[in-house]
Amino acid sequence: MSIGMQTSKGVGRLLKINAWLVFAFFYIPMIVLVVFSFNASQRVNIWGGLSARWYPEMLRNDEILSALENSLVVAAISTLASTILGTALAIALDRYRFRGRGTLEGVAYLPIIIPDVTMAVMLLAFFAQAFRFLGNIGPQLQLGLYTVVISHIAFNISIVAVVVRARLGQLDPALEQAAQDLYASRWKAFRLITLPLILPGILAGALLALALSLDDVVISAFVTGPGGTTLPVYVFSAIRRGVTPELNAISTLMLAASTVLVLSSLFLQRAPKQERTTTKEDS
Amino acid sequence: MTESSNMTERGEPSVEILGVTKRFDEVVAVDNVDLAIEDGEFFAMLGPSGCGKTTTLRMIAGLEFPTEGRLKIFGDEVGNLPPNQRPVNTVFQSYALFPHMNVQDNVSFGLRMNGVDKKEAARSADELIELVQLGGLGNRKPSQLSGGQQQRVALARALVNKPKVLLLDEPLGALDLKLRQEMQTELKTLQQEFGVSFVFVTHDQEEALTMSDRIAVMNEGRLLQVGSAEELYERPANRFVADFIGETNLLDATVADGDMIILANGTRLKAPNPHATGTKVAMSLRPESIEIGRPESIPSDYQATSLRGVIATSSYLGHSILYGVKVDSTNLNVRSGAVAAHQRFVPGDEVAVWWDRTSDWVVPDDEPVAVTSEAS
Repeated sequence: MSIGMQTSKGVGRLLKINAWLVFAFFYIPMIVLVVFSFNASQRVNIWGGLSARWYPEMLRNDEILSALENSLVVAAISTLASTILGTALAIALDRYRFRGRGTLEGVAYLPIIIPDVTMAVMLLAFFAQAFRFLGNIGPQLQLGLYTVVISHIAFNISIVAVVVRARLGQLDPALEQAAQDLYASRWKAFRLITLPLILPGILAGALLALALSLDDVVISAFVTGPGGTTLPVYVFSAIRRGVTPELNAISTLMLAASTVLVLSSLFLQRAPKQERTTTKEDS
Repeated sequence: MTESSNMTERGEPSVEILGVTKRFDEVVAVDNVDLAIEDGEFFAMLGPSGCGKTTTLRMIAGLEFPTEGRLKIFGDEVGNLPPNQRPVNTVFQSYALFPHMNVQDNVSFGLRMNGVDKKEAARSADELIELVQLGGLGNRKPSQLSGGQQQRVALARALVNKPKVLLLDEPLGALDLKLRQEMQTELKTLQQEFGVSFVFVTHDQEEALTMSDRIAVMNEGRLLQVGSAEELYERPANRFVADFIGETNLLDATVADGDMIILANGTRLKAPNPHATGTKVAMSLRPESIEIGRPESIPSDYQATSLRGVIATSSYLGHSILYGVKVDSTNLNVRSGAVAAHQRFVPGDEVAVWWDRTSDWVVPDDEPVAVTSEAS
């Protein structure tokens, strides 16, 4: 007994140390990034004193500004579209039985699992075929910012659907039926009961979609065209010419933005304390 | 289908189910059910889980639609109407209170959907909240209420709309025993106050027996019998009902000529109700209606309604004694009044059991016939 206690104490200590190491492993690179974004020196590996000069500097770079604008446009449109489509998909999968539902259920979440590169190649191949087909009957199209938008919608639908569906799964299906029983039309039952209850899930999904869209490099780099460079794609290409303090500053801002987005999303995804206690306690 | 003079006297039935069948893919949930529920009746649908009682209730509510057959509420065909166009309201098993609304908004929801203005709806809601003894709790969220209080909110939310029929799906299932008994009385009172039919679904036979004017017993999607508690208990239509309602001993037998039946071991007994010769039947003997005594003490009038056996078990239950009596290979449960210890039978004693011819009942061996009490 006492030996068992001792070993378990020892294991506990090891696990604690491990936890701290993992933590350090996660955060030290971030700290380095943030610290060096405030480096006064032009050389990234030499500390030249504290300065915030790279932040305003960055904003005077037209390439960066246009990439930032592209990123925001792509993120805004793709988030809006994927939030609507993803929510509709989640509701369909959760509430309705229809032909092919099982298959759809299986493939709906594929974009989350398949590697970015694969997804990017798939989309590129798809666009190539689509352009060829459309070119035969009329418009001559090529890759551009809009293909990035379409691609981001494609992977963000899954994310939104997963998050919204988790929320829907916690809802008692009898709630919407009760509203209909109390003379609400289908639409009103959805708008007055289901929608407010899944709204935190929808917002959480939207924030995640926004974060993923702002962070995406691989897919965007593959499917973008002239004038369609997004901020992460810009950073990726710039870094091949060498790390600059300016890039550190951009990355720090992107880190801050995604941290805020993801934390807000997690906050919204918390199990709803109040509503949970009222759901069924039946046999 | 059942036509009865009884019903025409009382006027139009509140709910009429005519040859209704409900299939989910291959599964037949409700199988050709005919049923009429009278206005102002406290009506129970009773059966084990999966018997089709809840599906039937949901079809009345409009939450499911019949695959075949017709459904009327006060004479109006409603079979294909969505739930929001039917003059009925439902108390759901999970209560389904809207978690993001307070009690008052929950209760006034139906009125608001019907276009009643906000103030008026709030006033009516408060009245009902008062009636179900939740006065002053209108601003609470459902999650801040106990299970019993949530149940009352669900009742108020349905009743405030003055439905022509109130549907209740296992309304007391989630409550503990004491609260359940309290709510039973309260439901009865509310039903009398509102004067509309309450149709409730339960798997608890005791609940059905104590609360209802009439009970429909269902199994495997079929309606087996409709009748008062007394009718179901004393004159069950078939083996399932006899077994499901209360405790009973079922003895397999075959109908001989006239009113005699022959048990598996060859014993000939008199039966109270006639069946065609050769029919396989079961005789239902309630433990409390069997007399027990020494083999020589069978009263002469009871020779044709008696059996001999050996005591297998004897349990003292305070107000009564429960004997297990072995008659050949079958075991009979016999409940007898408590007597002093030295007068009790002990395992191994040879005994005789006998019963009044009117207290046993012969039922067809699981014949799926629907019998309505007023049919005769």
